[in-house]
Amino acid sequence: MAMSALSPTLSDNGALVERHWQELNLRRRTYTFIGLALLVMALSGSLWFANATNAGKFLDRLPYFFDFVGDLVPRDGAEIGRAMFDLPSPYDDGSLKYNYPEGRLYLTDTFYVPEYFYKMLETLNIAIFSTIFGMFFGFILCFFAARNLMPNPWVRGLVRRLMEILRAFPEVVIAGFFLAILSLGPIPAMIAVSIHTVGALGKLFFEVVENADMKPDEGLRAAGGNWIERVWFGIVPQVLPNFMSYFLLRLEINVRASTIIGAVGGGGIGEPLRLSISQGHEAKTLAIIILLFSTIIAVDQFSAWLRRRLVGDQAFQLAQ
Amino acid sequence: MTVGTMMNAAQMEAIAARHPHLLKGSSSKRIRSILIFAGIALYMIYSWWFFSIGQVLVNANWGIAGTYLADWVSYEVRPDIKIAADGTMQVVYPRFSPLGPNAKPEWVKIETKMVDRTIDVPVATQQVAPKKGSSFSFMAPKSAVGSSAEAGARTETRIEEVVSRATINFNRTTSIDVSDGKVAAKHNGETLLIDLDRSTGVTPEGSLPEWATQKRPGEKITLAFGMTGWADVDVEKISIHNRFPGWANFIFDTNSPFFNKSFGEVASLIVSGDRLDPSRSNLSLAWNNILYNSEWQHLDVWTKLLQTIVMAFVGTLFASIIAFPLCFLAARNITRNGVLNQVTKRFFDFLRSVDMLIWALFFTRAFGPGPLAGMSAIFFTDTGTLGKLYSEALENIDDKQREGVKSVGAAPLAVQRFGVLPQVLPVFASQALYFWESNTRSATIIGAVGAGGIGLKLWEAMRTNSDWENVCYMVILILIVVFIFDSVSNLLRSRLMGQKTH
Repeated sequence: MAMSALSPTLSDNGALVERHWQELNLRRRTYTFIGLALLVMALSGSLWFANATNAGKFLDRLPYFFDFVGDLVPRDGAEIGRAMFDLPSPYDDGSLKYNYPEGRLYLTDTFYVPEYFYKMLETLNIAIFSTIFGMFFGFILCFFAARNLMPNPWVRGLVRRLMEILRAFPEVVIAGFFLAILSLGPIPAMIAVSIHTVGALGKLFFEVVENADMKPDEGLRAAGGNWIERVWFGIVPQVLPNFMSYFLLRLEINVRASTIIGAVGGGGIGEPLRLSISQGHEAKTLAIIILLFSTIIAVDQFSAWLRRRLVGDQAFQLAQ
Repeated sequence: MTVGTMMNAAQMEAIAARHPHLLKGSSSKRIRSILIFAGIALYMIYSWWFFSIGQVLVNANWGIAGTYLADWVSYEVRPDIKIAADGTMQVVYPRFSPLGPNAKPEWVKIETKMVDRTIDVPVATQQVAPKKGSSFSFMAPKSAVGSSAEAGARTETRIEEVVSRATINFNRTTSIDVSDGKVAAKHNGETLLIDLDRSTGVTPEGSLPEWATQKRPGEKITLAFGMTGWADVDVEKISIHNRFPGWANFIFDTNSPFFNKSFGEVASLIVSGDRLDPSRSNLSLAWNNILYNSEWQHLDVWTKLLQTIVMAFVGTLFASIIAFPLCFLAARNITRNGVLNQVTKRFFDFLRSVDMLIWALFFTRAFGPGPLAGMSAIFFTDTGTLGKLYSEALENIDDKQREGVKSVGAAPLAVQRFGVLPQVLPVFASQALYFWESNTRSATIIGAVGAGGIGLKLWEAMRTNSDWENVCYMVILILIVVFIFDSVSNLLRSRLMGQKTH
């Protein structure tokens, strides 16, 4: 409206431009308004629905919101250390809450690995193994899905659909299915995370391949290189740093994913965490959380450092 | 053009000798890549040992995997042929048979005859008999007819209609025929005759074909017909498992009055039929029967799926709303206060690094199981992630626009609004959309620990190991939702960014 104060001096053309601008502005504002109104409606509907179908109602439960902080206050601070390193507790009354020394994993007669460290290692190994596995198959598949290397649209489409399904298939179902066949243990979680990783990395990889410079490929083609030689000597050297960067990003994500799958039924740290939270074992919960927290930060930092070395600052686009 | 581009071998070698560093990679680089590959191979071997993968894979129950997979898209009907001591038979369907009560499928052919039967009347029946009619009697009243107070077991004779011959046709080439203590099983042109005898057990005539197995002589014989089903032949009972493709009773369950009616019949009942339930119209009855189908639980599944969608939507939306103002504090080129930058950034890191699982478990304690817990978990984790990404996007903006707005004397807030926001808003929205889409996927998993949504339902269906068709149904629904959201979010993002993004 401030503009209209100047309008009397405008020529005919100027007025036309002015009017057109006003129209455009009005239309844009209307769209924004409609969009926002829809968003607010969807949001309030969603909130109402979530509240109505929840076990406890939001307003009733809000005073208990910070109850979990109470779940994290152990009897004394040293208990956390005892829980973490499986040392006997002075409060031991035979209950599950203070049976820290149980679950020690003796390597020799006197030297043992504390339970939670071992479980954390298990989770970490699940993540690393499945990321390597996923990288291997994603690496093979991605060249068949890239437009510039696979001219046949049927093969390309098939591989891409396959990756989409692998990516979108709920991990929890794969884990549950293999849990039924393989019985309890970390391997169902590994299979689930691996399968998802093949799809996720495959997609990121083929997008990198499609953006690759095709000149080395042309050179190899002119020199009579076959398809495998063209891929291996023309494309792979260009894309490998980016592949490694995505591999590391995926590793970060997989550490989290394998914790969650572990909580649902696989091995690793997730399961003791879920149990100790639901049973109210403060010291154990806190010990696990500290372990998990520091592991995740360590993996993130390591991967960020390595990625920065590999591809410079462009490594910081996030992908999942 | 006078100089030929073709070189002879000697010239090529001469060039190679002059520039060895170009044609052969440095040895340290080579050794490093070999070392990396060796390290990865060693690690994989170590993991193989650490998780004893080989052993687990060998010990796994692979036989059952096929059945479970087949259960995803097909169902079994399991009639039992019970053979009494006198050779008379009965065809019995289990209580929750997908065919419903009083099933007379076409593939089971029965010949009956009237016989005089001698039946043992056990002592217990006679003692229970006086209590007949009370709810504590589990005996069929009929068997107690004519019993007297006489002590000891006795027999009685009566005329009964019994099954004398039963033929089960699995498909055109596979059938089982039972009569007079003999079983004739046909499969793919081969016929196996089996004698059933109470004293000698189950005896095949001739050698067993590939599709039949018997562990020890006299014990039951298992006939496997592949995808068409299988059967256990024992002296007293022949269990038939006939497998049909598809999902049984997907629309109406066996308790519904519309069960086993064709589409036309149901339609005509709804449009013009008499009311099946006087209190409501047939349409509402049918709809109600579909929603509360006891086997498929459509309403519950849809509600849980909607919960999952809502969790991802609200969680991501709130996360981006909260992360939006905070990221301005975290970006060091916007807020020139190192302490504040660091505090906000570490706060984001904290939210992000406490796993979504941990948040989900805590909020399940706070709000009880349900979508509120999952929503809050996504909200907390993503506030951290989006905050980090947003502040990185802010730190990468072009400073010229900001300087331009500043140079005309705009207020600090206006500088942000006109100098910064137009650059980053598409990025912000695009990242929020991306997380909305990926959270729809992760919301499935955290649901399984109790944080609401379809995850728990999926998990429960899997735990029973017998509801794989329900798992398949839910997986298909989830895949549809994920694909729709994937394309919507891709579309919106490519419009926002003005190019194809991933």
